[in-house]
Amino acid sequence: MYWDAEMECMPREELDQLKLRRLKETVFRVYAFVPHYRDKMDAAGIKPYDIQTLEDIKYLPFTTKQDLRDNYPFGLFAVPMSDVVRIHSSSGTTGKPTVVGYTKKDLYTWTELMARALTCAGATRHSMIQNAYGYGLFTGGLGVHYGAERICASVIPSSGGNTKRQVMLMQDFGTTLITCTPSYALYMYEVMQEMGISPRDLKLKAGIFGAEPWTESMRRDIEARLGIDAYDIYGLSEIIGPGVAIECPQKKGLHLFEDHFMPEIIDPGSGEVLPPGAEGELVITTLTKEALPVIRYRTRDLTSLDYQGCSCGRSHVRMHKVMGRSDDMIIIRGVNVFPSMVESVLLSIPGVEPHYLLIVDRVGTLDELEVWVEVSEKVFSDQVKKLEELGKLIRKELEGTLGIGVKVRLVEPRSIERSEGKAKRIIDRRKL
Amino acid sequence: MVKQISIFLENKAGRLASVTRVLGEAGINIRALSIADTSDFGVLRLIVNEPSLAYRILNEAGFTVSETEVMAVRIPDSPGGLAGVLEVMAGAGVNIEYLYAFIGTTSEDALVIFKVEDVEEAARVFAERDVQFLDAEEVYAL
Repeated sequence: MYWDAEMECMPREELDQLKLRRLKETVFRVYAFVPHYRDKMDAAGIKPYDIQTLEDIKYLPFTTKQDLRDNYPFGLFAVPMSDVVRIHSSSGTTGKPTVVGYTKKDLYTWTELMARALTCAGATRHSMIQNAYGYGLFTGGLGVHYGAERICASVIPSSGGNTKRQVMLMQDFGTTLITCTPSYALYMYEVMQEMGISPRDLKLKAGIFGAEPWTESMRRDIEARLGIDAYDIYGLSEIIGPGVAIECPQKKGLHLFEDHFMPEIIDPGSGEVLPPGAEGELVITTLTKEALPVIRYRTRDLTSLDYQGCSCGRSHVRMHKVMGRSDDMIIIRGVNVFPSMVESVLLSIPGVEPHYLLIVDRVGTLDELEVWVEVSEKVFSDQVKKLEELGKLIRKELEGTLGIGVKVRLVEPRSIERSEGKAKRIIDRRKL
Repeated sequence: MVKQISIFLENKAGRLASVTRVLGEAGINIRALSIADTSDFGVLRLIVNEPSLAYRILNEAGFTVSETEVMAVRIPDSPGGLAGVLEVMAGAGVNIEYLYAFIGTTSEDALVIFKVEDVEEAARVFAERDVQFLDAEEVYAL
């Protein structure tokens, strides 16, 4: 089912023409109205009319989170404040928050995109959507909310937190679709267990999970435990919020809405554009944004792009499930380690829970990685020998995948902090 | 068979105290206990008067708990008493995974908790060789 068949299934050639026209407009607009972009383009010796084909985008300078911070709060806006009708902001966990703005048309676009995304994941006017993304400055809550209202679904704006109440609402209101982070979905399952509620007795059919990278094995886990279809959604506030890309029922990549966003994959080290199919950092240029157009934004998310047609009928490119973040990556003794790699290994061992924490420390001159894994009843034994064997097995599997020595520590259930938003997976104690 | 409650504990201050506090508040009496530990974690093994209740409340309190079948064997409380029973078991090829002594005793006998690989086989050997072991109810009521 499509929300906007004409756009979502537009033939490639037509889509590329549309993208080029919109790209040119965007470049002219930022050059004219945003001093930051004009200065950067001038410094690189690029004028707006140098962009004649889609490939020419590679001549434009990148935009990073730091650029948004340097222009805090409104320096990159391309419209007067009188045209800005909404402001959102990132959590700012790693410094000054980044601030984003929307015109009335931007909000219309965003709402339409979320309507597409929800429809793609099977939502209709008959759905009862419980939106457990945080409402407020974070884009997740309101982004999903307006899309869900657009398709005339019934929306429960439960926001994040108060997990027992979330479960109660789910049960009493007959929620059919839940939206939250994947780690929060797993936590809700634990709380259901505690409350003696079986997910099978709920009306829940599907979940749309995003805002943090999660693996294919975590999807299987969520789907088996909650008895639902789990869809991955992708978005980031700097671009628009949730609704940049969404999985279709094929679950083979997320359709990225190319009529509004132009994706590229680059080598995160050299910044060079990589050919289709190659794995690297996702870079996005907005094609229709008015308040905050962004040129070649470095998302830090690692993925690949697949331009082959999809059996769902949508023509828009599919991005692979995000494999990690280039800034989530920890380098231990010269080896790149992503939390997602650890998650895959843990979930491949029967009975092991996907609740884990990576602790990186420097002992003397050597970096050490310790992985904390919770011991569930499924793997618990009254014999120390068997637990030690489990620890060794996990260690061996992790070392095989990561290629470095790892220390595994078995910890008590729930001793790793649960998150109602994005899960914290790494504690880096190294003082570099 | 006698049910032993096993609990996973991290080597952190206060963990053992919190398990015993939870049990104490539920009115559960500990009859025997042992701890097997490594540098990072330990397994606490308990014989209590009400194992099913203990299992449930520990589980609700968020601990990783399991129930294991063990045997409570009556052993003459005199030099060579334990050796005699162990020799019987070794002779019959009954593998022992671990054992620990009971806190309270009955009269002149000592009680030892055995975790064996094959409970039925051990019971058969004990019956044949006149080694006494207690029913679950007897143990819980001690």
